[in-house]
Amino acid sequence: MERRTIFGGWALPAAFVLPQLLLTVFFFLWPAGEAIYGSLTRQDAFGLKTQFIGFENFVDLFEDPLYVESLWRTVYFCAAVSLLSMSVALLLAVFADREIAGRGFYRTMLIWPYAIAPAVAAVLWILLLHPQIGMVAHGLKAIGVVWDYKINGGQAMLVVILASAWKQVSYNFIFFLAGLQSIPRSVIEAARMDGARGWRRFRTIIFPLLAPTTFFLLVVNLVYSAFDTFGTIQALTQGGPGKSTETLVVKVYRDGVVNLDLGGSSAQSVVLMVGIVVLTVVQFRFLGKRDKT
Amino acid sequence: MNGRTDWTAHIVLSIGVLLFVLPLWLVFSASTQDPAMIGRGELSFIPGSGIGVYWKVLTEGAPGVAPVWHLLMVSFGMAISIAIGKIVISVLSAYAIAFFRFPFRLVCFWTIFFTLMLPVEVRIIPTYSVMAGFGLINSFTGLTLPLIASATATLLFRQTFLAVPDELVEAARMDGAGPLRFLRDILLPVSGANIAALFVILFVYGWNQYLWPLLVATDSRLDTIVIGIVKMIGADTSVEWNRVMATAVLAMLPPVAVVLLMQTWFVKGLTEGDK
Repeated sequence: MERRTIFGGWALPAAFVLPQLLLTVFFFLWPAGEAIYGSLTRQDAFGLKTQFIGFENFVDLFEDPLYVESLWRTVYFCAAVSLLSMSVALLLAVFADREIAGRGFYRTMLIWPYAIAPAVAAVLWILLLHPQIGMVAHGLKAIGVVWDYKINGGQAMLVVILASAWKQVSYNFIFFLAGLQSIPRSVIEAARMDGARGWRRFRTIIFPLLAPTTFFLLVVNLVYSAFDTFGTIQALTQGGPGKSTETLVVKVYRDGVVNLDLGGSSAQSVVLMVGIVVLTVVQFRFLGKRDKT
Repeated sequence: MNGRTDWTAHIVLSIGVLLFVLPLWLVFSASTQDPAMIGRGELSFIPGSGIGVYWKVLTEGAPGVAPVWHLLMVSFGMAISIAIGKIVISVLSAYAIAFFRFPFRLVCFWTIFFTLMLPVEVRIIPTYSVMAGFGLINSFTGLTLPLIASATATLLFRQTFLAVPDELVEAARMDGAGPLRFLRDILLPVSGANIAALFVILFVYGWNQYLWPLLVATDSRLDTIVIGIVKMIGADTSVEWNRVMATAVLAMLPPVAVVLLMQTWFVKGLTEGDK
């Protein structure tokens, strides 16, 4: 879409667009360029000579079993977080969309958790699941479960999935509720007349109409669980025990910042960039489609 | 609707609400209890009498962490600067792109658009080295400036501006309004609701940052409250859980208050602007 009416001159708009452009160039494009350059070169041990080596860093990366493991772990983690968080949110949104007493109250109480920081969400879950102080942890021990996510990798994964999904429910809830509210009441009434009830009405009529919202949320949730959960994981497990909760972002941080392996971490950054470019393109292709309808 | 109460809905929603409120209550409750008791696993739902811990964390902090009032100040400064900075910069660039034709306009637009695909998390190391080159490590500017460029806000404002009818622009021009007056007297008031919604989203975004402050500010005077909490837990052996929980409560209050106070605008802005 373009405007027909515009203002003349170019000095003023150039001045207006400049601050944004400068920030973009210095803090986005330049670093991204450096990451790509770094991923294609290798420095000697003293940082004196830089040699162009093509895709060797990437070959090394994907031949490193630890990296591939971390990649699959991230896929698993993202799928679990997105699925769990979106299903709970959808269930709550469907009921919050009904015309019941106190629905304003319910909505507010389900929306506020949007404001909680991922790292702070971790603190809440520590109180529930920490092997020494956690309330639920004590319950689990009482019924004979050996619970210690500081030692047991599978349990650690479960804890970071729960905490990450929990934090994202309210975001998904807001969008599902908006999606449900945009479905014309007449459509739902018509379905009711045809005798479609409860679960069938949801499955055959409402859920398909929510498909654009669901798809949009799926992309957002994948990005969230891949990137924004760094704080949650860092506060709960630091990627441990061992590497059992080390997602790709945690690995970049560990390799680059903690262990100072710059070449390898540049290549990892580039892989992450490619991942997010793919997700963004998918999302915008779909958004473009929705604009036309 | 028929007059019957929809019990299923009430039960499901109540469980949903409890899922969020109970952990929060537990955090508050824990903050007032004796840390030694919590450490032994005798955590209770009933608050203790140690409400004084709030004063203690605010003024003293915890071992190795600055007083919480200081952490709060840094977080406030960061969240407000990011929110206002992003809004100002995005309004200006969206205005330029939507209402003018200047050379390289589309190049500018796509350059800004591209930043959507480069969150801090994917460019950790290179951004750090660029920041170091500018001498911005361990400075408040370094903490906020790189997070101020925003493609989402620019795209949102551009959409809003494109929806302003041409007749309105024509009328303003007939009345002799130049581009600056048009922006101030017409465009900004029309976009008020969008700006409010975006403020909430960006304030929460700024407040909740973790990875970037962790990287760029190693000086503990620049610790935000989110960083402070994770540091407190990291002490591991002798964690004073009541202090951690009091800090967590204080860390949640400001962003939750902003969301609750501006809920209507925020929900509208979020769902209409898409992210």
